[in-house]
Amino acid sequence: MKIPVSITINGRRYDRNVAPRLLLVHFIRDVLGLTGTKVGCDTSQCGACTVLLDGVSAKACTCLAVQADGTSITTIEGLAGDDGLHPLQESFWNKHGLQCGFCTPGMIMASHELLRCNPDPSAEEIRHGLEGNLCRCTGYQNIVRAVQDAAAGGSQ
Amino acid sequence: MSASTFGSGIRRREDPRLITGSAAYTDDIVLPGTLHAAMLRSPYAHARINGIDTSAASEASGVVAVYTHADTVDEIAPAPCAWLLPNSGLTIAEYHCVAKDTVRYVGDIVAVVVAESCSQAYDALDLIDVDYEPLDAVIAPKAAAAEDAPQLHDEIKGNQAFHWTVTGGGDIDEAFGAADVVVKETIVQQRLIPNAMEPRAALARYVQATGELTLWNTTQNPHIVRFLCSLVNGVPEDKLRVIAPEVGGGFGSKIAVYPADFITVFCSKKLGVPVKWVETRSENYQATTHGRDHVQEIEMAATSDGRITGLRATVHAGMGAYLSTAAPGIPTILHGLMLSGVYDIPAIHEDVYGIYTNTTPVEAYRGAGRPEATFMVERLVDLLASRLGLDPAEVRRRNFIPKFDDGHDVVTGLTYDSGDYDGALTKLLGKAGYEGLRAEQAAAREKGRHIGLGLSTYVEICGLGPSQVAGAIGFQGGLWESAILRFHPSGKVNVMIGASPHGQGEETTFAQIVAGELGVSPEDVKVIHGDTESTPMGWGTYGSRTTAVGGAALALAARKIRDKAKIIAAHLLEAAVEDMEYEDGNFFVKGSPDTGKTIQDIALMANVAWNMPEGVEAGLEATSFYDPPNFVFPYGAHLAVVEVDSETGNVELKRYIAVDDCGPQINPVIVEGQVHGGIVQGIGQAMWEEGVYDEDGQLLTGTMLDYALPRADRLPDIEVHSTVTPSPHHPLGVKGIGEAGTIASTAAVYNAVIDALQPLGVASVNMPLTPERVWRSIQESQGRN
Repeated sequence: MKIPVSITINGRRYDRNVAPRLLLVHFIRDVLGLTGTKVGCDTSQCGACTVLLDGVSAKACTCLAVQADGTSITTIEGLAGDDGLHPLQESFWNKHGLQCGFCTPGMIMASHELLRCNPDPSAEEIRHGLEGNLCRCTGYQNIVRAVQDAAAGGSQ
Repeated sequence: MSASTFGSGIRRREDPRLITGSAAYTDDIVLPGTLHAAMLRSPYAHARINGIDTSAASEASGVVAVYTHADTVDEIAPAPCAWLLPNSGLTIAEYHCVAKDTVRYVGDIVAVVVAESCSQAYDALDLIDVDYEPLDAVIAPKAAAAEDAPQLHDEIKGNQAFHWTVTGGGDIDEAFGAADVVVKETIVQQRLIPNAMEPRAALARYVQATGELTLWNTTQNPHIVRFLCSLVNGVPEDKLRVIAPEVGGGFGSKIAVYPADFITVFCSKKLGVPVKWVETRSENYQATTHGRDHVQEIEMAATSDGRITGLRATVHAGMGAYLSTAAPGIPTILHGLMLSGVYDIPAIHEDVYGIYTNTTPVEAYRGAGRPEATFMVERLVDLLASRLGLDPAEVRRRNFIPKFDDGHDVVTGLTYDSGDYDGALTKLLGKAGYEGLRAEQAAAREKGRHIGLGLSTYVEICGLGPSQVAGAIGFQGGLWESAILRFHPSGKVNVMIGASPHGQGEETTFAQIVAGELGVSPEDVKVIHGDTESTPMGWGTYGSRTTAVGGAALALAARKIRDKAKIIAAHLLEAAVEDMEYEDGNFFVKGSPDTGKTIQDIALMANVAWNMPEGVEAGLEATSFYDPPNFVFPYGAHLAVVEVDSETGNVELKRYIAVDDCGPQINPVIVEGQVHGGIVQGIGQAMWEEGVYDEDGQLLTGTMLDYALPRADRLPDIEVHSTVTPSPHHPLGVKGIGEAGTIASTAAVYNAVIDALQPLGVASVNMPLTPERVWRSIQESQGRN
């Protein structure tokens, strides 16, 4: 059995028929080929699959594709605008906020949510806000710096 | 652009693709007609397989093939162990990629399903009926070494994989007999699970018409994968291409070549279409290699004024059910030879027993043997200080190897390259405000608060290593690295290297090496790695060796280019070669820098070859093979400051200060990032992480829900400092930095917690130092049940 869905991703509408059990993350990666969003675990712990769903962050492994019918999603591929990288992308680059890069798409999307809710967070608030995203490389310190830098408009 | 680029913290060239989602990791690569493999793994730690019925799975929707041992045994050789430790009675259990008649750990592969989609493959796994006869399992290494323990392998007595010893210096029994003081401890280096964020994966494409195989694989060492795959799968090396595309961290867990990799290749060969396998995270916990798992019984002899006179240890190292690719060398060569640490210890003896247990195979995990060595030595030094009523910093100072810059022999047989251990400690104590912290601690104790300070002064062995040594210690490969440096006519540069970084940033630092040697902009240098077809042979990225060995190969290739460019420049300027000078990308006749030829001018001329000196070949390209004369030995001093809540047992890490010396830093920002990440992994061992099996061999920490990885909100900012002591034998003077943080930090945090608990009478707590464990230890020491 397949169910029709219509989901807008990074500004483009996709109409597809999907299996009811298909996770949103697999819809994004396997059906649409947008592989920037990662799968790092199978228990919704790592946050590598974080996307913006109607502007709010969501772990795309905790949501079925059919539940996302009619929504508008932003993935890491859609974050940069016509005038270049998103400030968070710039800050992660400038502050060495990534090493292997596998957690990075999810980490940037989670940071986007953090700054949406709190545009001027303290280091402690950033650490608390990102506790749902795991990184094994950086020890988080430069991720915190990157988010602070983005919050300060890239001036730090 | 100038040579000063070497040493500057420029941002990474890797990052644009990673921050935009454009990078392609193995699972992101899609080939037409790909089938998907899923592995049926044993739910038992030890069981006989009396029969397997795959008929229902074979009939399931989308299933193309189901294979068991009988289908694969003639075409997949056992997974090899490639570190044949000499003089140790090494016994290698046959590791069938698909289990024959017995499974020996939860996660051992029993069958494989290949289907049109991943979900169909997983659905079909549930339809395979395996008749298991459970057998007694044994989990703890010492229990497995006991006489009446269940036996894993018929042909191996006592579950013993090897018994390795290191003896050096004076008579160890005499040292202990004559000692004023002896301190002892039993330490459990708990099993750790590496958890690279990218799960392991393999995508194999075999073309039956040509017999050519391409394997995309999550590996730290694609050339080793090619070599071992050719042996196990029978594809000739010249027809086998291995590509490590973007690789999402490894920490040792992507060194081994695994049964699932060989099986994926087999499936593609058999079916003649691409086959992809991607592990789930749960599968990663069960079947991707683990680290540590030592039980260490250790003792130190000393004089009454705190001078160490001997160190003796017996270690039982759990190896898991089979020996993984490099496993035997980890708890031995990379561990036992480092037991002198930063100290002059006149007599050392260690016995290491490698023991088979019904658990996931153990391999290198960040630090690989050296964290376990550092912990032993640093724990004993603290115990000695405590026994003698001396400050731990003072005891360290009384035993440090004095400053040296061109070699120092320790009794385990190694020659350290250079070091100033007291210098690092002095800098650390100053940066930390150590005396003030001790005063703060004393004042807090008056008020019933428990602050602790923990030191760890370490040296580690990396930049693996001289190939002659590799041969002598049974490593079934070389340990040199190679680089090709090629100038295009436009002056742009391609660098092809055999090593394969996967997050460490060498696309940037290697471009900086070229910039430093030849005066080009790092922007003009593209570093190519990870593809056996487009890169020269190399032995991989592990043991903090990529920059230390591969970087040296690249520097030497650049110097060959410089020599050739100088000859061409002399010819073009109608001067004698000996009259030529070089500065920052410019070749000129002495005294006339303004009329020189740039490296770009020469690249163009060498490539068009219109006017070459006689006997000089066209092109501007060089290849270099660098086989290091010795290892490199980074070192440093770390301090952890903790506060323990004696009511709850909670440990708060208040400060962490590090001084590390990895020689000249090519890119200090990247160095700092490596230090951060390394330290946090070591803190993870001290405070949260543990791979736990129950007594039947079920992995209780089999998901990210159950295995406590460090999270952002549990950590303080780490204060990073450095000293710079070049390695005397290295072309750039550099040492490694990838593992140093992990090697140092576990002992620092542990020592800090025990220091905090000292007024409560707690002498030891098994790691990880969870609130429950700390609280229980306080209750026990206070005589409360």
